[in-house]
Amino acid sequence: MSTTTIPRLPAGHTLRLGVSRVRYEVRSYFRQGDSVFFTFLFPLLFLTIFSVAFSSQSFGAPGEEISAAAYYLPGMLAAGLLLSGLQNMAIDIAGEKGDGTLKRFAGTPLPVMSYFIGKIGQVLVTGILQAALLLVVARVVFQVELPTDPEKWLTFAWVFLLGVTTCAVLGIALSGLPRSGKSATAVIIPITLVLQFISGVYLSFTQLPEWLQNFASIFPLKWMAQGMREVFLPASFEVLEQNESWNLTGVALVTALWLVVGLIVCRLTFRWIRKDS
Amino acid sequence: MTTHPVVSVRDLRKSYGHFTALDGVSFDIHEGETFALLGPNGAGKSTTIEILEGYRDRTSGEAIVLGIDPGKGGIDWKARLGIVLQSTGESGNVTVREQLTHFAGYYPNARNIDEVIAAVGLEAKEKTLIRKLSGGQRRRVDVALGIIGRPALLFLDEPTTGFDPEARRQFWDLIRSLKSEGTTILLTTHYLDEAAQLSDRAGVIAGGRLIDIGAIDEIGGQDARVPRVQWIEGGQLRSERTSEPGAVVASLVARLGEPEALEVVRPSLEDVYLQLVGDSEAVPEAESGSSLSRPAEPVEAPPASRQARLVSTSSTHLDDEGAQR
Repeated sequence: MSTTTIPRLPAGHTLRLGVSRVRYEVRSYFRQGDSVFFTFLFPLLFLTIFSVAFSSQSFGAPGEEISAAAYYLPGMLAAGLLLSGLQNMAIDIAGEKGDGTLKRFAGTPLPVMSYFIGKIGQVLVTGILQAALLLVVARVVFQVELPTDPEKWLTFAWVFLLGVTTCAVLGIALSGLPRSGKSATAVIIPITLVLQFISGVYLSFTQLPEWLQNFASIFPLKWMAQGMREVFLPASFEVLEQNESWNLTGVALVTALWLVVGLIVCRLTFRWIRKDS
Repeated sequence: MTTHPVVSVRDLRKSYGHFTALDGVSFDIHEGETFALLGPNGAGKSTTIEILEGYRDRTSGEAIVLGIDPGKGGIDWKARLGIVLQSTGESGNVTVREQLTHFAGYYPNARNIDEVIAAVGLEAKEKTLIRKLSGGQRRRVDVALGIIGRPALLFLDEPTTGFDPEARRQFWDLIRSLKSEGTTILLTTHYLDEAAQLSDRAGVIAGGRLIDIGAIDEIGGQDARVPRVQWIEGGQLRSERTSEPGAVVASLVARLGEPEALEVVRPSLEDVYLQLVGDSEAVPEAESGSSLSRPAEPVEAPPASRQARLVSTSSTHLDDEGAQR
């Protein structure tokens, strides 16, 4: 072996490894049974439960009534973003801190940014599959009418992409919160569960007291769910929203603001390992 | 060797609050050398190695690894290191081959995956998920990940824990082939025979201090290496320490004829080590359950002393490794 020349890492190393990490992460994700169930299939499970439980009811103004499945679909899509992004990321990374995965990375030339690309890419891939599965099941099994207007799908695309990225980044940011990998589920799931209940995923947002609506409006999930409702609910539902408006500008602003907050927290707090811990 | 040392440590200190983990340790490791850091649990071995790997900050003193302060080592520096940590517990949802292929991509000049899998003896398990491997097999994956990047400097922190005797022999062969390629190695181990087999020099650390350092066959000094002649006389085990074992044996033969169970035993590294650590007052961790707390027994010694043995008692101890875990 020649030790005289030190090979340099090639340019584009960070991005190339990021792509390699995405493949690795997606593969491991689907081999982890519990994460597939609790984050990937969970929204689908709830859509099914609600559709069956409220199958005799209809929602909306007379003449424009929709089924329970149609009513709950936007909320489940938003919940999917939160689960695949925030919940999955926070628990996953807290676990990797606890089990030594990150310590191993700390001793390799893997750039932190490649690791992040891998994580966000994994969330993106699983989030897209999850949303596609929800839409297909809603359409085929529960006969939900999906929008035909391309503009609606454009809105869906940006709400989805912004939402899933924000949730992934917030998940990385929150991964520092649990003190150990073992406590991660106990710390993170209550947060996401409460958010889902107050943000119009399981309970109809419009029936919550105004103060709770205002409180929920601080967090991004309420806005992501609202954006999804704009896409999938009939126009007659708009009057039920806060200020009787879908307020897509608000959806973009609040979600983007959380994205920035998440990025700053990641930048300031993420370390492979806590030295001297 | 006139080149700069690969690792250079001067007066290294580390304290956690009032507890002093390292109290002024100094040593060098030269290019191509295998250096063993020995000591009881809690003596400061892992603290030292983790400072050199960049995992811990030092309180004071100097440390240079491959020309760089390990506290400030970047990606290019890490690309030249191989690290086998003391324990790992990753979820392991990828196969051995997938894991190695993925990690190989991190390094600019990675080794061939097939060769590495063969070198750690996991050919039959290459398509098995890592989480389904046994402890010793997972440890081999750790070793494989440590060498996949063709490191200039390899850190091995208790690498053979959980290996069966055959796997350890195979691992030793692997380390010898890495040495022959010029890899510099820093090894910690509780198996003194392993240290004796693999390393050129050793440092013994106890209570945060380096209590001795030297070539493997010189450490402990001349006095610690005085051979012992033992035999059975009148049903009793007798022994005599002497620098002239031949003369003692000759007089025994003259007196008794053929002595029963005659042996000339040169102190193994383990004997010397236990003497050293016992002499230093800092042995609160002696009862740590490691192999070091066992009474001294003949351990396969380095080649030089093996030849001196008249009657071999070797190879029985090799099978009790499993019980030491």
